[in-house]
Amino acid sequence: MGAVRTILESHKRWVFRSLDERKERPLTRISMTVNGVEREAEVEPRQLLVYFLREQLGLTGTNVGCDTTSCGACTVHLDGKSVKSCTVLAVQADRGDVKTIESLQQDGEMHPLQKAFHEKHALQCGYCTPGMIMAALGLIESGAELSEGDIRLGLEGNLCRCTGYHNIVEAIKQAAGDMRQPAGA
Amino acid sequence: MIPSAFEYEVASSVGETIDMLGRYDDAKILAGGHSLLPLMKLRLAQPSALIDIGRISDLSYVRDAGEEVAIGAGTCHEDVHFDSLLTEHCPIVAHTAGEVGDPQVRHRGTIGGSLCHADPAADLPTVLRTLDAQLVIEGPDGQRMVAAADFFKSLFETDLGPHEVLTEIRVRKLKGAGWSYQKFHPRAQDWAVVGVAVVERDGGAAVGLTSMGETPLRATGVEEALASGEQPADAARRATEGTSPPSDPLGSGEYRKAMVVVFTQRALEEALSR
Amino acid sequence: MAQTAQRTQAQKYVGGGVLRKEDPELVTGQATYTDDITLPGMLWVMFVRSPFAHAKINSIDLAAAKRKPGVVAAFSGTELAADFGDGLPCAWPVTEDIKMPRHPPLATDVVRYAGEPVAVVIAESRGQAKDASEAVEVDYDALDAVVDLEQASADGATLVHDEFDSNNSYTWTLATGEVDKIFSEAPVIVKERYLQPRLIPNAIEPRGVVVQPVPAQDEYTMWSATQVPHVLKTMLALVLGFHESKLRVIAPEVGGGFGSKLQVYNEEVVVLALAKRTGRSLKWVEERSENYLATHHGRGQIQDIELAAEEDGKLLAVRAKITADMGAYMRLVTPGIPLLGGFLYSGVYDAKAYSFECTGVFTNLPPTDAYRGAGRPEATYAIERAMDALARRVNKDPAQVRRLNFIAPFDEPFESAAGLQIDSGNYSVSLDKALETIGYDKLRAEQEQRRQSTDRMQIGIGISTYIEMCGLAPSQVLASLRYAAGGWEAATIRCHPTGKVTVVTGTSPHGQGHETSWSQIVADELGVSFDDVEVLHGDTAVSPLGMDSYGSRSLSVGGVAVHYAAQKVLAKAKKITAHEFEASEEDIEFRDGKMQVKGAPDKAKSVPEIAFSAWTAHNLPEGMEPGLEENYVFDPPNFTFPSGAHVCAVEIDTESGQTYVREYVAVDDCGTVINPIIVEGQVHGGIAQGIAEAQYEEAVFDENGTLLTSNMGYYRIPSAAELPSFTTDRTTTPSTTNPLGVKGVGEAGTIAAPPAFINSVIDALAPFGVTHIDKPATPERIWTAINDAKGDE
Repeated sequence: MGAVRTILESHKRWVFRSLDERKERPLTRISMTVNGVEREAEVEPRQLLVYFLREQLGLTGTNVGCDTTSCGACTVHLDGKSVKSCTVLAVQADRGDVKTIESLQQDGEMHPLQKAFHEKHALQCGYCTPGMIMAALGLIESGAELSEGDIRLGLEGNLCRCTGYHNIVEAIKQAAGDMRQPAGA
Repeated sequence: MIPSAFEYEVASSVGETIDMLGRYDDAKILAGGHSLLPLMKLRLAQPSALIDIGRISDLSYVRDAGEEVAIGAGTCHEDVHFDSLLTEHCPIVAHTAGEVGDPQVRHRGTIGGSLCHADPAADLPTVLRTLDAQLVIEGPDGQRMVAAADFFKSLFETDLGPHEVLTEIRVRKLKGAGWSYQKFHPRAQDWAVVGVAVVERDGGAAVGLTSMGETPLRATGVEEALASGEQPADAARRATEGTSPPSDPLGSGEYRKAMVVVFTQRALEEALSR
Repeated sequence: MAQTAQRTQAQKYVGGGVLRKEDPELVTGQATYTDDITLPGMLWVMFVRSPFAHAKINSIDLAAAKRKPGVVAAFSGTELAADFGDGLPCAWPVTEDIKMPRHPPLATDVVRYAGEPVAVVIAESRGQAKDASEAVEVDYDALDAVVDLEQASADGATLVHDEFDSNNSYTWTLATGEVDKIFSEAPVIVKERYLQPRLIPNAIEPRGVVVQPVPAQDEYTMWSATQVPHVLKTMLALVLGFHESKLRVIAPEVGGGFGSKLQVYNEEVVVLALAKRTGRSLKWVEERSENYLATHHGRGQIQDIELAAEEDGKLLAVRAKITADMGAYMRLVTPGIPLLGGFLYSGVYDAKAYSFECTGVFTNLPPTDAYRGAGRPEATYAIERAMDALARRVNKDPAQVRRLNFIAPFDEPFESAAGLQIDSGNYSVSLDKALETIGYDKLRAEQEQRRQSTDRMQIGIGISTYIEMCGLAPSQVLASLRYAAGGWEAATIRCHPTGKVTVVTGTSPHGQGHETSWSQIVADELGVSFDDVEVLHGDTAVSPLGMDSYGSRSLSVGGVAVHYAAQKVLAKAKKITAHEFEASEEDIEFRDGKMQVKGAPDKAKSVPEIAFSAWTAHNLPEGMEPGLEENYVFDPPNFTFPSGAHVCAVEIDTESGQTYVREYVAVDDCGTVINPIIVEGQVHGGIAQGIAEAQYEEAVFDENGTLLTSNMGYYRIPSAAELPSFTTDRTTTPSTTNPLGVKGVGEAGTIAAPPAFINSVIDALAPFGVTHIDKPATPERIWTAINDAKGDE
């Protein structure tokens, strides 16, 4: 941390004064819908949404890859929009509607995005994959144009170190086609 | 990764926010949290309390205010980006909101948060400074208006008092005036190495600069040159006047000074051809 | 040995684009990574790290930390020092006189890099551990830090370890032929200096360790995000004096490694020691910013390379002198990393003489060690850039100079200038294919047009033709290089009475898809269904013998071990079949997936049927052990030598220096392909990482040794938005080193891409007179190069 602090000080970024010994804080009661199920819990206000999901609800499919809101591995949907759950407090999601990677598979059937990632070999170690899929889902659901360039730009907030993104882009093209096909077509 | 502990309060109105701020020494307002929480996770910021204004739906809007468009401070970048009023009357704001961060960040981060964080590397403060936006601030003593030019005091410092809240941003309608925001960032996710905002006006253009000093700046030299009839390529050479850009891993001060000329020229050319 | 497998069995799976069996749990979020493991009563560990790159520790005060809510214990390095034996291991003392300092898992009296751990706290929650770690008060006296590699190497430099008289740890040399004579007589000498900045590996999963003790039995299970559970177990047992049988190491799902998880880390040793002390289950998970200091870095070299050539560009000799940044300590294989490239500075070119010298130097920076390619990207970068410099010097097209110098096609082992016995190669074929695919002549024409019109956007084309050595490694060769372990790999094939087959491998995949590829090999060889093969790995209780995954070795050593184990299964199956049909073994053949009596297809049995017979043991040959299960440990007779040609086309905004990769074509030869989908994926990822290294990434320190690119916001990993799609193709020259004909592909892209990219940048800037640029070629570096070249005119 010292290094980080030094560089930021050298950029004159502000640093709040450090507080003295802290007493235990009261927990805050929250409730939210997670993957269609009502969940209630008591959390520390500083509890990040990602750790609430992972450690309090046991939804470990959502991963943590950085501490600077850079990598997107923790992407989930909050009230229908993709968000980085490492940069949302659990208390901010109180009364919200959260959707994680665990919700995509329905009746044992993989979601078109999951299927496409498998079929196009769009993952290797798999660690960025849940976040990548949730970001892609947001992109497809937004209804935006999805040329290759649009897909690439739409994934700017998600890092993958294994695939070089080539097959991820291919998978999203395929899934977007499958998902946007009019029903019955 | 885990912030220091803090007190947490949810405000249901601006008035309540002001009351709550008064109860702590160093409380911070939490809107989208996309400037504040990253600092707290690295423990570079350790406020004793967060006042969450994210649930005040009255702060999230874009509305027609006659000659101006009024934007609620709690409006997220995504909503600003896709807003039809802004797209029609002040497209540079809508466009630039789409340049902030990445999609996930734009879903949470707010225009007011970006302004109050006052990072000179941020895009929207520059654009609003260029537009001579008026900022509506509410505090224990009531409401006041501050020009964007007076709002940004220095690095991460604004005119906002400890118990005040930014509630609204007012920008005048451009009425078809040409505009451009050139963000030079090697990676899509990067902050601007430099950014240049241009808005056409009678006898020239207003020009604002990102990442060229301690606050978002106006390139007054360029503006003067344009007003006196110089061509964009010549006027752009004056973009470095009065700047003191930082040197950091994204670029040295010297490089930024060179780039601000290049991108000022491009921004002028784009704005004046729109 | 050097024979291609006899294939009586039709190949159903090998060579086909079989989809990965690993994927379903990964795409649904059901996979278990280390951070997903929570144990009852588990406590959290957090490390206190030095903010100084070099400092004396005066005192460590833990009192305030111990008073924090939830804190169970806190220890300074001094308090735990007795637990750590000889300290962290280095398995590769590359010379007899190497200076090798003790490496304490927690510093005690002096810290030697910013980020070095000095104390540790244990608390009930992640947040409480973090709070307590911040309350530890350490009193330091800052010392001068030595950060610059050349300064560190010079006489009179500040010493990183004051028990030595110099920061130069070792000098390792290799020379063949009359190098000096050739250089003194050659008409053309090209002399270049290249820098290899330090890189931060950035596997997207940070590291983590969970330990569960059984105190009464002194037994421990460790889950670690590691590439090397077997090596780790042995080393932990050595360092801490544990009985190896009392320690089980599990690499659960591992989220990428790229060499950075090929290590025995401070945290693994300390958390295990603390679990013994406290008797509690413990967990530590690395934060990303912490990872940037605590996990080893890659590269970090100054390369001086000289080529001697004829006037026409015909290469005569190569001389390379490397100064390599070790960082503050020798980690597991730190000293040996530059040597892995030491045989490759003549690339795919025919030279008469060769010399390589490497000096390893200590600095007050985090230790370096393996990063994707490990030594080979550095070598390839140097020779491929030098070949372009030679082309400029003799005024020829870079493709032409390469063709002039390629080793002629061969299929008998060829001895390279550096003394390698290369198995097979045909280098011009891949270059021709790559140039044709990218449309080289057309691109050159477009480039000429842009140059004529002095377009702001200029085009550059860069070529990289490479060879690498994979399949680490023949154990006797390792011995001659003073490496402390072997290079073999183990496999077990267990045919169950139910007809299912279990493969146990000593490799430890973390994204490479071994479960799929090994299943393909075994399904074909035993004539069973792909879905009936289950591959187990990464748990020392399940696969006790292994050397793990790194250096593109898994298929060419571990996959070959699986092949040989399958052959042993078939040999036993043949004996059982002969016995059952009362035929002689010579009369039995394995055909269409069955053991059958020659000429009597009705007298046939499948491997599952034979496995059942072997299990019942009702009718086995006299003296045969029941069961159908075989082990094989394969020690490769030689390295394998993948090769290829990559061509990169960039467009550069010459006003800003902003660069766009427009097209990228890779033609690789990794020998026989087991799974083309996986091979392509490896190439894609390698290229992206190689471009990242050449265009964006660099660990930047200030003069005090403080990391400026201190988190993922500042250290610039490209996203999908910065990269193009890639065009990949292959040539197939089977390796003669192993019966599968495989070579390895995990590092090829990362080896080939950096010089292809940089050569393309320099090519684009040729009209300005630019002939050199360092990695990473950031917009600012490009802008500066243009300005400097203009200034020189």
